[in-house]
Amino acid sequence: MSELSVNHLLGIKYLQKSDIDLIFNTADHFKEVINRPIKKVPSLRDITIANLFFENSTRTRLSFELAEKRLSADTINFSAASSSVKKGETLIDTVNNILSMKVDMVVMRHPNPGAGIFLSKHVKASIVNAGDGAHEHPTQALLDSYSIRERLGEVAGKNVVIVGDILHSRVALSNIFALKLQGANVKVCGPKTLIPKYIDSLGVEVETNLIKALEWCDVANMLRVQNERMDISYFPSTREYTQQFGLNKKILNSLNKEIIVMHPGPINRGVEITSDVADSDQAIILDQVQNGVAIRMAAIYLLASKIKQ
Amino acid sequence: MIIRIKKYLIFAFRTFISTQYMSQKVLLTAKEVQIILQRLACQLVENHSDFSNTVLIGIQPRGIFLLNRLQEILEKEYQIKDLKTGQLDITFYRDDFRRSDKPLEANKTKIDFVVEDKRVVFVDDVLYTGRSIRAALTAIQSFGRPKEIELLSFIDRRFSRHLPIQPDYNGRQVDAINEEKVKVNWMENEGEDIVYLISK
Repeated sequence: MSELSVNHLLGIKYLQKSDIDLIFNTADHFKEVINRPIKKVPSLRDITIANLFFENSTRTRLSFELAEKRLSADTINFSAASSSVKKGETLIDTVNNILSMKVDMVVMRHPNPGAGIFLSKHVKASIVNAGDGAHEHPTQALLDSYSIRERLGEVAGKNVVIVGDILHSRVALSNIFALKLQGANVKVCGPKTLIPKYIDSLGVEVETNLIKALEWCDVANMLRVQNERMDISYFPSTREYTQQFGLNKKILNSLNKEIIVMHPGPINRGVEITSDVADSDQAIILDQVQNGVAIRMAAIYLLASKIKQ
Repeated sequence: MIIRIKKYLIFAFRTFISTQYMSQKVLLTAKEVQIILQRLACQLVENHSDFSNTVLIGIQPRGIFLLNRLQEILEKEYQIKDLKTGQLDITFYRDDFRRSDKPLEANKTKIDFVVEDKRVVFVDDVLYTGRSIRAALTAIQSFGRPKEIELLSFIDRRFSRHLPIQPDYNGRQVDAINEEKVKVNWMENEGEDIVYLISK
């Protein structure tokens, strides 16, 4: 197959296994492109992409913008903090105003779950979800799986544990969908208060002992505790969280095998992961960031190829 | 009743066969292909002697088979050592992105060197409209500024060009109309060296 089954990238939930394979194979080519002396291809020179960020972002915004520029697309950037959203404009109005300037694709991060899905039903443009509340963050999950595939050869059959704040994490949900779709075994590990109630329905096991989880896994994806999304206290103290769920070099060395450590960033050094782990050879955190550009180029390229002239 | 069904089945089968199989004519036999390969290799040696500053770039996907065959001859029969070759995919540089009905599928690019100040020879099996070569000319710039670029094509479908692009080394010129297709088959891929002219 050489075409995506979807017109928007709203979540991994809506993708098929063949879509993921196609995105990965295309990303392989783009990874070669971004390592050339001149890291740019002219494919999307007649496409304009609006990056709408209604929520803070560093990595994802830069990664998307770089991916778009490497594909020669024209980009416009928008952040809610400095816009008319503050004056009471609705989401559809904001986007339609931007689209009337002849924009073909919208990359959007929004604090409300389902914002991308809502938008895709009301505006005529290809929508890429760059994170919608605690719902999905598809490109992050794709780049995580791609990084596992790059390091371990394949994702199918691998044991992956996602550690930390599962409840508030869109990265966790998208990763679970992506990993299960590719045939990986997934466990989640974290304080019981930060594990969603219906996690079993996703076919995922819960492990509350970090050491046991790490001994089982090939890959540990360490997530940040999302304090900004917490309206109540989910665990007694950060210090206690670190003692139970923080990954340090001592734990890593005590395991009977060498596991891969991932982190979607931003890292809270000393909380979920110590500096010596984050900077070790087992951590592929910076590979994830580099792969992020290739994955986003692939996703945008494949979606753009469906926007017929 | 049975006879009518039988007649209908024969008719349906014939219609199926005629739509599935197109007529094809052999343009070049294995022996002719071999002779042309030898000549092209010889012409390359004539112009590039020891290939010290020359790189051969196969255009993906089907230029690679031709490149491999030429490389084999150059290394075995002309004792060319350290021949630099690469594979260039032009998918992301094509001018029919979003215009083509068929989705474009990318192939691998493998150029492990910088082409700055090198003499580059593009190698492709069929030169038709010239648009692939136009894309390749843009694509190669990502790897540096070559000293010069030449084009070697096994089959030149003359009078079909959309752009002012001509080969420097030419296997065989062919006059084919737009509905026809020229297919170059290689031993390592299709099991025999043969060139067909296929008409629908």
